[in-house]
Amino acid sequence: MSAVPVNRGSEAATPAAIGDLAAGEEAAVAADIRRSTRSRRMRMWAARIGTLVIIIGGWQLLTSAKIVDPFFWGRPSGIVKQLNDWVQHGTEYGSIWEQIWVTFKEAVLGFVFGVAAGIVAGVLLGMFQFLADVASPYIKVANAIPRIALGSLFTVALGLGTPSKVALAAVLVFFVVFFNAFQGVREVDRNLVANARVLGASKLAIIRHVVVPSALTWIIASLHVAFGMAIIGAIVGEFLGAQKGLGLVIASSQNNFNPNGVFAAIFIIAVLALTAEGLIGLLERRLLSWRPRSQSEVADA
Amino acid sequence: MEIYPAKEMMTVASAFARRSRAARGARERTGTAQAAPIELRGVTKRFATPSGSMFTAVRGFDMTVGAGKFCAVVGPSGCGKSTSLTMVAGLERPSAGTVSVGGKPVDGITAGTSFMFQADALMPWKTVVGNVALGPVFRGVPKKEAEAQAREWLRRVHLTGFENHHPHQLSGGMRKRVSLAAALINVPSILLMDEPFGALDVQTKAMMSNELLGLWEQTRPSVIFVTHDLEEAIALADQVVVMTVGPGTVKAVYDIDLPRPRGAVQEIRFDPRFLELHHQIWESLREEVERAYARTASAASAPGAQS
Repeated sequence: MSAVPVNRGSEAATPAAIGDLAAGEEAAVAADIRRSTRSRRMRMWAARIGTLVIIIGGWQLLTSAKIVDPFFWGRPSGIVKQLNDWVQHGTEYGSIWEQIWVTFKEAVLGFVFGVAAGIVAGVLLGMFQFLADVASPYIKVANAIPRIALGSLFTVALGLGTPSKVALAAVLVFFVVFFNAFQGVREVDRNLVANARVLGASKLAIIRHVVVPSALTWIIASLHVAFGMAIIGAIVGEFLGAQKGLGLVIASSQNNFNPNGVFAAIFIIAVLALTAEGLIGLLERRLLSWRPRSQSEVADA
Repeated sequence: MEIYPAKEMMTVASAFARRSRAARGARERTGTAQAAPIELRGVTKRFATPSGSMFTAVRGFDMTVGAGKFCAVVGPSGCGKSTSLTMVAGLERPSAGTVSVGGKPVDGITAGTSFMFQADALMPWKTVVGNVALGPVFRGVPKKEAEAQAREWLRRVHLTGFENHHPHQLSGGMRKRVSLAAALINVPSILLMDEPFGALDVQTKAMMSNELLGLWEQTRPSVIFVTHDLEEAIALADQVVVMTVGPGTVKAVYDIDLPRPRGAVQEIRFDPRFLELHHQIWESLREEVERAYARTASAASAPGAQS
């Protein structure tokens, strides 16, 4: 990047010649770097695909050779067949797309409510020390109870429909987001707050211009985990009692000794989660575009 | 990144030529701020330490800064220099004594104050122009107009072309200039600076001092400038206050009778009068620094090292 051409030994050369030489060399070095980056990337992809082939192929081979019992552990070809069957003929509870939609809706609603409640509670408790002091033992207790068990309560109280799953997902999401928002608000640079106060900012303006943007790094980091939690909440809620959804499909596959069905449903859920993860990643990049790229991100580019 | 120092060098060279012209123009545009005198009378500030004991940062502190005067405060680390600034700004209340600005006792955040901290108090998620515009935005100026003002101030600190950068994309010296623009955009009647250039390298620091003096001469707020650096203090200020080792109180006040405008701080250092003043004040400051050093050396566990 240096604007001053570097003289590499040839002292008799005129400045212009040195400049040309340096520019030529620079282009060669840049091409070299590009080449090595490309070859590194190709090797990485080859290794990734190789890993997949070994895992899936090994699974298939071991189950074909009856070293691993396909009756208990399923097999890739069986999973593909099961997926194909669901797409062609639907599940016992209706079309596969409907099951996916139901679970997705439950997870997303739970996610939205949980995130909203978590941010509000986190910012409030982070801003007001007194509130935090009052609430802290209760939060510790609430965090200590096995929240999955609340699912039974919700199923009884809210019925077999969507609300009980949304409630469970929201509870699971809430704590993840809450703790991050709370910590994020506490980590706000005191100098920034003092500076905003001196510049005449009201309490509300401080929250809007300083506290929330600063805590956003923490909050967004929690969203990745939180969406996983939302899906867990929806699936477990469906295990506990439902009329539709992927959790129900898994439960009935289990009852029918159909491991391929369990794996197929798991595969669909994983695709769902990865899609959501991608969307959250996009949101993150948009909201946190101001952040300097970290070392690992730079190396990855 | 290597282009930034080059840009800075360019501004040093051209800043002086531009300064006198800019000064005249700016005063016509913005008018001179209503500089307010600052008075601290018998101010004491105690803090409760986390362990529950008491820590006295300043005790019986008396200081007066005339309207439009530039006052530098020097003293050893932990003598309560920063604490007195936060009390003038209204961020902290004195435990005893009174702080008044413009004849009125400080109650709540002091209106018309700008504060420059040692660490950059820039919002990393806002662009340069967004950061500078914060002052007017907080005062209720519409966003468009605030940004127009911010652009104008960025021009004055020679950062045109960097409006849409984020702070992390700038060099330390450039961030300081953004902070300076953000502090001055409100045309403050008092400007409080807490070792604002402490983290900069020597050359950048000298350049920033020149820049500060130039801008200060345009609007003439009353300034309290806290620093460790006695040379910086003498080169900039009308008045140098030497504080004792903590709990801090005023040891001596020196009037700096070097003529204004001072010109380059790098050169005034060789002025015989400067050397004389430096010698005099250093005699007084050295005792305190030595005492502070002895204290930290003997009791490294002293609580709450306030600077």
